[in-house]
Amino acid sequence: MQAFAELLDRLSTAPGRNVRLDLIAAYLKSTPDPDRGYALASLAGDLRLRAARPSMIRELVADRTDPELFRLSYDYIGDLAETVSLLWPQDRTANATPRLSEIIGTLGAAKRGQVPDLVAGWLDRLDPTGRWALLKLITGGLRVGISGRLARTALTRLGDADLPAIEEVWHAVEPPYAALFDWLEGRAARPSLAEAMTFRPLMLAHPLEVGEQAHLELADFRAEWKWDGIRVQLVLRGGQGRLFSRTGDDISLAFPDLMQALAGDAVLDGELLVMRPDGIGSFNDLQQRLNRKTVSAKLQAEHPVGIRLYDILFDADRDCRDLPFTDRRQVLADWMARHASPRLDLSPLVPATDWERLAEVRADPPHPAIEGVMLKRADSPYQAGRPRGLWFKWKREPHRVDCVMMYAQRGHGRRSSLYSDFTFGAWRGDALVPVGKAYFGFTDAELKELDRFVRGNTVDRYGPVRAVEQSLVLEIAFDGVNRSRRHKSGVAMRFPRIARIRWDKPAAEADHVETLEWLIA
Amino acid sequence: MAEGKRLNWLEPRPGGLYCIPGDFYVDPVRKAERAIITHGHADHARPGNNHVLATHETIAIAEARYGSNAGRSFQRVRYGEVTRIGDVSVRLVSAGHVLGSAQVVLEHGGERIVVSGDYKRSRDPTCAPFEVVTCDAFITEATFGLPVFRHPPARAEVERLLASVTASPERCHLVGVYALGKAQRVIAMLREAGYTDTIYLHGALQKLCALYQRLGVDLGDLAPVAGLPKQALTGRIVMCPPNALADRWSQRMPDPVTAVASGWMRIRARARQRGAELPLIISDHADWDELTATIRDVEAGEIWVTHGREDALVHYARSLGLEARALSLVGREEDGDTETELEEAGP
Repeated sequence: MQAFAELLDRLSTAPGRNVRLDLIAAYLKSTPDPDRGYALASLAGDLRLRAARPSMIRELVADRTDPELFRLSYDYIGDLAETVSLLWPQDRTANATPRLSEIIGTLGAAKRGQVPDLVAGWLDRLDPTGRWALLKLITGGLRVGISGRLARTALTRLGDADLPAIEEVWHAVEPPYAALFDWLEGRAARPSLAEAMTFRPLMLAHPLEVGEQAHLELADFRAEWKWDGIRVQLVLRGGQGRLFSRTGDDISLAFPDLMQALAGDAVLDGELLVMRPDGIGSFNDLQQRLNRKTVSAKLQAEHPVGIRLYDILFDADRDCRDLPFTDRRQVLADWMARHASPRLDLSPLVPATDWERLAEVRADPPHPAIEGVMLKRADSPYQAGRPRGLWFKWKREPHRVDCVMMYAQRGHGRRSSLYSDFTFGAWRGDALVPVGKAYFGFTDAELKELDRFVRGNTVDRYGPVRAVEQSLVLEIAFDGVNRSRRHKSGVAMRFPRIARIRWDKPAAEADHVETLEWLIA
Repeated sequence: MAEGKRLNWLEPRPGGLYCIPGDFYVDPVRKAERAIITHGHADHARPGNNHVLATHETIAIAEARYGSNAGRSFQRVRYGEVTRIGDVSVRLVSAGHVLGSAQVVLEHGGERIVVSGDYKRSRDPTCAPFEVVTCDAFITEATFGLPVFRHPPARAEVERLLASVTASPERCHLVGVYALGKAQRVIAMLREAGYTDTIYLHGALQKLCALYQRLGVDLGDLAPVAGLPKQALTGRIVMCPPNALADRWSQRMPDPVTAVASGWMRIRARARQRGAELPLIISDHADWDELTATIRDVEAGEIWVTHGREDALVHYARSLGLEARALSLVGREEDGDTETELEEAGP
């Protein structure tokens, strides 16, 4: 655990990709199995641990420290793991530090009621860095700036395998990855992908930057709508099926209606949407189906889901990924003809002859669940990751409203000592009601100004939250509005961010809640 | 000590901490007729006072920084030397913060108040150690007044710096340090740890390092960075003020490992905000354990807490049954959340 803790600690302040890669590779080379495999899984975000709840950690520390001192410390630091790791009373009589594999193995076998004592015992045996790493590990979310892709890139330093080869087998191996390390270090053959119903990494698009059209020949591209659903991969084989999210999580169980209706032998790429006989539902509709443990028959009937297909990776055993996009689309159309289902349809192409015309349909698409246009090179192979120059997403311009800052809270992580989380409101009659919260959209320099505004205009405090003088107008950009029963205003914005700070605008001239209500999809 | 304490002869005023029967300020924030200065950091020693009483070293530092603005007339005292000002007896004792730093021991009407200024209890080869003086009221700083601040031994942090120098000989190590105190302490500790190579200095550090050496603190071979070709610094240790780390100046270092030596480096978010690849937790301020130990050691019935995180320390002192309150002194970093703190308070 100490080596892993030191790795995380160094990573948390390491500048730049290369220093991080060096650190991870050095760790993987010098650490024995199975510890390094668990560490890799944790860095790549693929470690399935029974997560400890922050409330449990708070209770543990409450038994050992003065509550007022804990409160003041946590408010100051803004990060629970870091606060607890520093406050935890050092036990100098404790035994040797636990191994990472010991922690993972013991947690996996433990009953829920045993977890608090186990965690407390480990915290006693670790130093502050070790405690911080343990708490990050078990509360899920290392936040040391490592993507799964970067962690896998470090694996290329262990042997001759390149990144695409590693990405390909990644979803067929499990922590602690003994078979993977054996292959990379030349002790065994490549792990087999044949039987496993394995997720294959998706191909992703770059945003189309302003002015980039001038450098692209539109005739080289095919255009499709960008649908506002959930990007999925459907793997069908031998009468069985699995549905994966874009990060490779198996989400089949949440969609029994869909999975029962499908047959065939293929790996398909598409968008999960609510599909009713009278058309596609909104993202808000789809949200009713997400993150549920049980799916009632009523919900399945009222919010039936289907997949709008974009692409095909495998047709039975034929690997189509090296074919050009136009050829894959033909293979996909043929496959669909053989496996027709009301749950599947083909994402239509959008005529794209000139940029001006395309910009017009993008600004006024035929369906509210469309959030822009996709552009894919006609000759593009299906290449995992986000390769340059092949696929572009060209999203609709966001909506904008002027709101008034009402509350502020200190941020977390890098921004833990600054007021960086802002709740803003819109007018209903002559009072402001909160309509959303935004954490980003501003530059570091603007953040300092906002922080200064909060400190200078605080009118009330509720724990870590400050109520501010209702005078500062924030121009909020957002992608859509849903109806919400949770919010007092009855609306919830999607992806709100602060587009501009309107130091010049009087609060009375900010927008009204009705403006948002008109935008509900 | 006196029965029925009054302790009403020293009070915070807009101009600073004011002693009524002696008609002087301690570390005034506005120009004062008569000032006692605890130490040379810019938020304690300000220019433009008329008569200044301080240690020989503190006055030398103020003169090096402010020239003829350091004060009109000076009374240079040694630690322990007693002076009378009006009806008050004044004595400076060492605070262990930086060279020449002092606590101010004031006695009047049978009562004793100690103004600690900034202090630490851990070892520092460049200055005299903190001296405990029992008193009726103790005025303490609280820069690191939260129990999350427990500084590891500074020697171990210096070892980490040296280990990194050994591990990355192809890179340069650029260490951000406050110009007064921290720079000289880190250099002296590197020397104690056996590092004998020349240490290179940003221009802003040269004057005070030279002054320390003149005052008898051995810092070994030092040389300015200015004028050296980039390659000459490969594998070397370079020291600069923290704000130079993000400056264009730092771009002339060959692939630097950016280190910052400060008590704030205990908090990862601070280390990241500073861009410190190698955060070194080395502080010239007392950590939580030192603050709380000092509160117990001085046996004062009243604890007055000045700049920093007063709330937690006041809470702690009250939990011991002591009278405690926060003194809001203008001109110190009250909130301590701003980045300027690293430069201004010089931890």
